[in-house]
Parts: sequence; structure tokens; C-alpha cells
Amino acid sequence: MKEKVKMKKGAILSRLLPYLLRYKLLFSICILLTVGGNLLALAGPYASGLAIDAMELGTGHVDFSSVGFYAVLMVVLYVASSILSYALARLMIVISRRVVNTMRRDVFNKLTELPVGYFDMNQTGDILSRISYDIDTINTSLSNDVVQVLSSVVTVVGALAMMLAISPVLVLVFVVTVPLSFVLTKKITGFTRPLFRKRSAKLGELNGFVEEMISGQKTLRAYSQEENTIKKLDRQNDETVDAYYKADYYGSLVGPSVNFVNNLSLSLVSFFGAILFLNNAISIGNISSFVLYSRKFSGPINEIANIVGELQSAFSAAERVFRLLDEAPEPADAAGAIDLKAVDGEVELSHINFGYTPDRQIIKDLSLHVPKGALIAIVGPTGAGKTTIINLLMRFYDVDSGEIRLDGHPVQTLTRKSLRLNYSMVLQDTWLFSGTVFENIAYGSETATRADVERVCKACGIHEYIMTLPEGYDTVLDDDGANISKGQKQLMTIARAMLLDASLLILDEATSNVDTRTEQRIQRAMRALMADKTCFVIAHRLSTIRNADMILVVRDGEIVERGTHETLMAQDTFYKQLYNAQFA
Amino acid sequence: MKRLAVYLKPFIPRMSVGFCIKAGGTLVELVIPWILSYIIDDLIPLGEIGPVCVWGVLMIVCSLLAWIGNIAANRMASAVARDCTRQIRHDLFRRISYLSERRVDQFSIPSLISRMTSDTYVLHQTVGMIQRLGVRAPILLVGGVIVTLTLDPVLTLIMVATLPIVGAITFYVSRKGVRLFRIVQKASDGMLRVVRENAVGIRVIKALSKSAYERERFKRVNDDLTEKERTAEKTMALINPVMSLLLNLGIVAVIVVGGVRVNNGTTEIGKIIAFMNLFTIVLNALMAINRMFTMLSRAAASSARVLEVLDTPVELFETEPHYSFLPEHAPHIAFRNVVFRYDRGTFTVRGLNFELQRGETLGIIGATGAGKSTVIRALMRYYDVKEGAIEIDGVDIRHYATTDLRAKFGVVFQNDTLFKDTIRENIRLGRNLSDEELIEAARRAQALDFIEEQGGLDAPVAIKGANLSGGQKQRLLVARALAGNPEILVLDDSSSALDYKTDARLREEIRLHYAQATKIIVAQRVSSIMHAEKILVMENGRVIGMGTHDELMETCPLYREIGESQIGEGRVGPAAGEGVLA
Repeated sequence: MKEKVKMKKGAILSRLLPYLLRYKLLFSICILLTVGGNLLALAGPYASGLAIDAMELGTGHVDFSSVGFYAVLMVVLYVASSILSYALARLMIVISRRVVNTMRRDVFNKLTELPVGYFDMNQTGDILSRISYDIDTINTSLSNDVVQVLSSVVTVVGALAMMLAISPVLVLVFVVTVPLSFVLTKKITGFTRPLFRKRSAKLGELNGFVEEMISGQKTLRAYSQEENTIKKLDRQNDETVDAYYKADYYGSLVGPSVNFVNNLSLSLVSFFGAILFLNNAISIGNISSFVLYSRKFSGPINEIANIVGELQSAFSAAERVFRLLDEAPEPADAAGAIDLKAVDGEVELSHINFGYTPDRQIIKDLSLHVPKGALIAIVGPTGAGKTTIINLLMRFYDVDSGEIRLDGHPVQTLTRKSLRLNYSMVLQDTWLFSGTVFENIAYGSETATRADVERVCKACGIHEYIMTLPEGYDTVLDDDGANISKGQKQLMTIARAMLLDASLLILDEATSNVDTRTEQRIQRAMRALMADKTCFVIAHRLSTIRNADMILVVRDGEIVERGTHETLMAQDTFYKQLYNAQFA
Repeated sequence: MKRLAVYLKPFIPRMSVGFCIKAGGTLVELVIPWILSYIIDDLIPLGEIGPVCVWGVLMIVCSLLAWIGNIAANRMASAVARDCTRQIRHDLFRRISYLSERRVDQFSIPSLISRMTSDTYVLHQTVGMIQRLGVRAPILLVGGVIVTLTLDPVLTLIMVATLPIVGAITFYVSRKGVRLFRIVQKASDGMLRVVRENAVGIRVIKALSKSAYERERFKRVNDDLTEKERTAEKTMALINPVMSLLLNLGIVAVIVVGGVRVNNGTTEIGKIIAFMNLFTIVLNALMAINRMFTMLSRAAASSARVLEVLDTPVELFETEPHYSFLPEHAPHIAFRNVVFRYDRGTFTVRGLNFELQRGETLGIIGATGAGKSTVIRALMRYYDVKEGAIEIDGVDIRHYATTDLRAKFGVVFQNDTLFKDTIRENIRLGRNLSDEELIEAARRAQALDFIEEQGGLDAPVAIKGANLSGGQKQRLLVARALAGNPEILVLDDSSSALDYKTDARLREEIRLHYAQATKIIVAQRVSSIMHAEKILVMENGRVIGMGTHDELMETCPLYREIGESQIGEGRVGPAAGEGVLA
């Protein structure tokens, strides 16, 4: 996928800020704490100065009551300042964690709204890297840098005021150096921004690669491809660490550069200060204080420059996150879409055209009438477009042209939810999540009781197996359900579909991994369960669909033949060829 | 953490140079204020502009040196971090590549992925950061303390007295932090698992309109993770305020004691003022060191997870073959009283006892979960058998080098993987095969038509083969298995998505071109295996029937049931099938 035009920094910022501003109150308290903490931190040394003044008379004349008083005052100030800074840190953690929590939730919620096509097109690893690494990067900046910037601003303003009071002429030095450091910073960051973006992208690629390779490890081992894969990883790894290095190194130019400008301004201050002194325009004491304040002044500017570097990586991470948030969701249901419940199950397809990409049309002018309660079998060579029909029936993808009707309603006028819930579906790829067996089977219907679940499991012949698991129905299926065979997983997904009392059923090569004995049992149970329901079956085992009400033979995206098993076998059909070939 | 430091060893010379440059840069930076005070205190009062210019220029030179030095040092630090991470990631991936299947199950695939990605990322960040902060802060700390010692050792001791307490607290808190961050990482794995499941199961979720449920599920893991992150960070947040408080109290003590000493005449006020200034430097250095500790405790959690993988022994991998000659006239493949058990669960496969001559075909049929795929996993030595032995050419497979053993096989697993690469690379899979061989294999696998349709061998295969249909995927996988002219051909349910006609043609091609290869075919359809010399009928991990199709139709009720249901009345028997083929 090509990255689209890059986002403007301002645009990213204006989208990041609302996340913070959601906690206006907490955030204002943060600002107060920062200002308070900084003032206390400035007051401490001031009190210490007073304490030292009390010693000024020297040996034998120290005013111990004053020293004692100021010492106690300092203790109070320091304790207060520590408490404030701890409170600030805690509060910042609360805010930043909430922000991260919200962001992750937003990203996830977005994922649930995206069309199926997005997941067909994007690597899971890359999606994961957005929700973990990228958001973490944003958070690091938010929680550290925001406070830093705040306290820096307080100090800079204070120091500038003091310097202006001492010598407005000397402040002119900063008229030269401050813009210089800004220009320098801007130049460097302009140069490094693409580098940071590349770094994020490369990490996403690496994640995708690692995910693919580790998941496909069994195969790679079978062909002893360990070494080759390691070599491939090395290439990917090289690119990733190199992208990191470039961003890291060029990003770290900012700090020393700004430092240099600061040192330069110090030199200028002392030089011009000397000239002013020679012209009797300033006292030595004032030069000394001016230098102290200019250090206070430039210190935070230096900090800010460092932060700019970190913000860079935060920005490119944010860009990736927002890009995902900007993906077009599944289009909203049409205005006034009907929430169609309990349909009869009559389906009508008329003149459907469809292709996943514009350059390759997969379904050409397909028309089909499916009366309610019919068993429709779709057969045909692989790659002829059989699964595509399912994608369209369920509206995982929308047709390019033509119309699909359910009970006479064009599907575009129905809510997707009601359309999809009218189908039970068992797919080729079994899918179970990390939850209990019960949760997995009851997944489709919220109201299902334990008894309901056991009933369908018995009907599918999986009940006995489940009872042999350590915790029965409460057994937690772990990652990838590795402890359960594919066939058992499939039976569970069949049970899941069976539990959903829908009017239409879709079986996509669903029973191809179940032995025939079990399959027959399932078929019988399903037929009983589905009396008067409409059923679409994609199967290769032609023996199992001989009793279908209609068999559609799909070839190259077109329905070339249709009819019952008997009528199709009675003529010299493509179906007959297929059927006879199955026993070869 | 210490163990991973090994990775830094090769970079010690480079790091030392970097450290020296950085130290130089830091020291030069310290010279600048010194020159400044010299100009202000000593030169300006002289009222001459000449020396001021000279020293002013010197200051600028120092600034330039510091600038260049720091940049050079940063560059070296970044380079070391890069090379070090590259090595760690390489070794980690290598180790994962050679882990036994049993260990992979233990770690779980998602956890291995996150160790390989986010954990190595944390390490990368840390190595770079430590080098940058690690020089400057200690120099400022030690330098500051040394200078105060020369001013007034007694006052220094008072100030430094708080350091052990600071050290103890930092140590205690960051040790706790390591534990907490490990918990965070675990919760993070849990969060990612839900996201992954959603990406993979999107069709089911959409079909059942369970988005709201999934959001709720995500909310739980997200909140859990947030809670744990908060706890860990809260703990670490304690260090800074406590540290600066303790040091500030030290300064108050310095003032009080200093007052007494000034009264006694043992010290002067100027020294106390100098103390104040140096104290700021020391405090800042300590803060920086603390920041390093925070980072290190996070990195320690990551490095522990990385090390856990690196320390896992590679159990199955043998480099040297253990046999000197192959026994003659031994069967090609023999299972001798094999008993197999997975670590997790109670599933056992037992009673495997059979021999296959070179060129023979073994068919395996049985209900799901009967243990069919297990036979293959044991034969290819993804797992070792618990009892008995598997022999190839009369030698126990445990005595082969794993690479040699697996080189004998061409295999398609159930639900096998296609990679995001070209069609060519997916068939070739890194082996040394010419395009002609690849195309011939594709032709035999009935894949050539659609490959040409897609644009030939250079056509791309999308992630997880998303641009191909189920049947196309399987044919591509079969082409991969056939391409190497394997000694043993293993097809585990590899034609379930093929229509019968294609399947039949494929079987005919295999019969014609792979007569010398021993074939093991796991299938659901009787028609796929009915011509096999030996058919194994499995149920619940046991072999309940073995023989030819005809024998089994007589003796094995389960087989007969399957056969009759699939083939239909009156069409049972090889004769009917062969008729079509001929």
C-alpha cells in the first residue's frame, strides 16, 4: 500500500490536543502544580541566600536564630515542593494513561468499523504495531514533554523579565541567537521528519515480517528454510535498525546545536557586557546576575529543543495512528434502513457484477432466484467465484452493479446488522478466540443458556469431546487453540452457527475437514434444525449435496448450469463430468 | 540484564572512543563557565578590551568543540545501539527458528512475536539512551563531589551522607519496577491477542454483529493493561521527588552546620555559596542517573523476556548424523510400536506399527482429532516420540541430522502457509531449483493455468495468500511439495478445497511422476486414498484398521461406513474408479 500525502504537523497537533483537553480540569491542576512547584523551587535558593546573609558578620557573630528560622523555612519549602512534584507526576500519569487508554480504544473501535477488505489488505503485524508501539511513543512524549514544556515556559518568562530589568541592551544579544537556534532547529527537524516517519514504517514492516515468518514456521522448517529466513530477517532487520539509526542520529543533532548557540550567546554576553562596562553602562554585579539569568533562560530553551526531537517521533507515530483512524469505515447503513427481523428467507440476485480490484472482474452478470427454504448448492472448479458470492450475500463487499434482495428488500435498504444476523455462517477458516468453550459457542446469541449450548453440541457430536477437556465447557482455549484439532474447532464453529436461530444458512466448504460420518450427523441435525430455512452450501463432496433443491454450477464467475442433481445428471453437463470425476 | 551486556562487548572499543569524546565534550562545556567567571571576575575590572576578546574567542572555540564532540559522540552511540540491536534481533530470531515445536507451544506464537518486536525495540532505545546519559551524568556527579571535597571535606560529607539513602531507595524502587514492568508486558500481550483475534476473525465478528461485544472485550484488556501500567509508573514516579527532597535536606544541614563552622571560623561564607551552585549540578546528575534507572528497569523486563528465549535449549537439532552406514533391505519408513503424547492435554496416539517400502503409498483416514496429523508431526520430528521408534532406511530418525531428515520430504500441511512474496518464491521456498523445475511442478500440481492467469511466476502472492482462492492456495502448496522431487511426499488434507476433477488429475500426475517417492496421504475422502498399498484407519489416537481398500471394506466397519457413504451403493471398489482414470 502506498502511503498517501503526508499529514501537516498542525493537523496532527490539532487532533492530538483534544485527547488532552478532554481532561481540562486535571490538566489545569497540572499547570497550577507546575507553576507552584517552579516558584517553590526558586524560593528555596532565595531562602538559603537569606540564611547565608545571616552568617555574613563572620566568626563568632552568626545570627543563629535567623539561620535556624531560614533553615526551617527551607525544609518547609523543599518538602512542599517535593510533594507538589510528586503530585504532579501522579496526576500526569493518570492523565497520560487515560489518554492512551482512550486512544487504544478509539483505534480498536475503528478496527471494528472497518470493512472486511481492510483486513484482507493489511498485515496484522502492522495493525498491532500501530495500537501498541505507535501509541506508546505518543504517550512517552505526552507524559514527559508536556510538563517539561510547561515548566520551561514559566522559567523562560521569569528569566526574560529579570534580564530586561537589568539591561535591555544586552538582551539584544538574544535577538540574534534565539532566532538562530530556532532556524537551526527547524532546519534539522525539517530534515529529520521523513526519517522518523520511515522509522515507524520500517518497524511496522518488521512486525509484519516477523509475524508472517513465525506463524509459518512449521512450513519453513519442513523445507529447512531456517537459514534463508534468517537471511531475509537480516535484510529486514538491517533496514529497520538503519532507519532507527538515521532518525536517532539526525534527531540528536538538535541538542548539541542548540547548546552551541547558547554557549555562543554566553560568549557574546560577556564580550558585549565588557564593552558596556567599559562605557560605564553596567556594573559587574549586574553582568554576573545577567549571566545567571541567561543560563536559566537558555537552559529551558535547550530542553525544548531536545523535546522537539522526541516530538518528531511522536508526530510520525501519531500520523500512523490517525491514518488508521481516517480509513473509510464500512459505509453507514442507508438513511431509514430497515431493521429486518425474522425474514422468510427468499433471496433474489439480479445482474450482479463484481471484482475485488477494478481490473479483474470475478462475477459477471449473475442472476438467481432462491425461494424460501431452498437448499442451494454452489459447486464448480476452484477459483470460479464461489466464496465471492458469500462475500456479497453477507455484504462483506458491496456489488459493483446489480441488486441483491432479501424478502423483496434490496439489501442496501437494510441495516447490515439485521441482514447479517439473518444468516448463520460456517466458514472455511475456523475462528475461535481466547475465551471458554462456552463463550465461543454462545458467541452468536447473547441469551443462550448452558442447556442450549449443550443441546447444539450434542447435535454436532462434540459434546462428549468437550466433556473430556479439563474444565468441560469452562475450559479456556488458549492462543491459536493449539490444544484442539482443526476438526474439533470446526465442529465448535458449526455448533456456534447452529445455535444462532437464523432463517438462512451459509456453509462455505465448512465440512471439508470433518469425516463423512460426522458430516452426515451434522447434515441430519442441520436439516432438522433448518426446516423451512434457506441454505447456501459450497461443497466439493458432491455426494453430500445430491438432495439440494438447486445446484448452481459456477465456472469462471458465471453460472453455467443450474438444476437438481437428477436433471443435471440426465444430460451431458459439466456437472456430470465433475460428479463422475470424483471417484477417479 | 547483565547477561545481555555480552552483546555490548564487541563494541567496547567503539563505545570507549565515544565515551572519551563525550567526556571531552562535557568537560569543555564545564570550561566555558570557568572562562566566563574569569572574564567577569578578573578581566573586566582591568578595563582592557584586548584580553576580553582573546578569551571571548576561546569561549567560542570551546563551544564549537563541545558542539562537534557531542554530535560525534551521539553518532557513535546511535551506531553502537544499531549494531547491538541488529545482533540481538538476529540471534533471537535464529533461536526462535530452531526452537522445538514443543517449546514454541509453550511460549505461544504471539508472545514470541512480541518478544521479537516490542522487546527488542525497548532494548534498542535503552542502549542508545544509556550511552548518551551514562557519561555526562557520572562526570558531573563525580566532578561536582570532587570540587566540593577540595572546598570543605566536612560539609561535603554531610551533603554526601544522604547519597546512600538515595541509592538504597532508588535500588529498592527500581527492583520493584522490574517486576511491575514484567506484569505490564504480560498484560500488553493479552491486549494484543484480542486485537490479533479481531483482525483474523473479522468475518465471523461481522456476520454475528459482535462488534459491540468485541469492544467490551477489548475494553476489559485495555483497562487491565492501563491499570498495570499506571501502577508501575506510579511506583517509579516516587524516586525523583524523594531524591531531590533528601538532597535538599542535605543542603539545609550544610547550611546549619556551615553556620556553626562559620561561627567557629573553620569555614567561609564564599564556600557555602559555592556549595549551593555545585549542589545544583550534583542534583541534576542524580536525576539523569535516575532516569537511566527507570529506563533500565523497563529494559530489564524486556531483556528477561528475550533471554528466556535465548536460554531455551534447542532440543531436537542435531548437527552430526549418528549412523555410519545404512542397513540394506530395510523398509523405507517404519513405525515401531510408537506412542506419542503432547505435553499439553491428555491426547495420546499409540499402537503405530507399520512398514512402508520405497514407492508405496500410505493413506490415513479417520475422524477429526483421531491423530492423523500427529503421525506426520512425529515422522518429520517436530516432536519426539514417547515410546518406540520411527525409522527411515532402517535408521532411527533421531540419529539423522534434522536438516538431512527433512530434506527427504516434500510436504503440504493442513492449513499450510503462503508467504507475501512472488509465486516463484512460494513454490521454490529458498531451495536451489530452476524455473523449469518450478513450472513443471506447478503443471503437475494443476496450478499452471491460474499461475499464468495471474501473470506467471513473478506474480505476487498477497499476505496469507489473500489474492488466491482456497483451491488455488492448495495447488500452489502442492506445487511447492512436488518441486523438490522429494523422497517422501506428505500431503495432509491438501486437496480438501479442490474439486474432484482437479484432485483426480493431480493424483494421476503424482502416480506417473513420483513412482519412486514414498507417499503419505491424509484425507477425508476415500477416493483420495483407496489405491494406497496401505491404509491406516484411525480413531481417538488408535489404529483401528490397517490394510488395502478391499481388505478394509471387509474387516473394518468404520472404513466401510465411510466408504459407502462417499462412494454410494454399488460403486464400491477400485474397478469403478480405475475405469474413469483409464
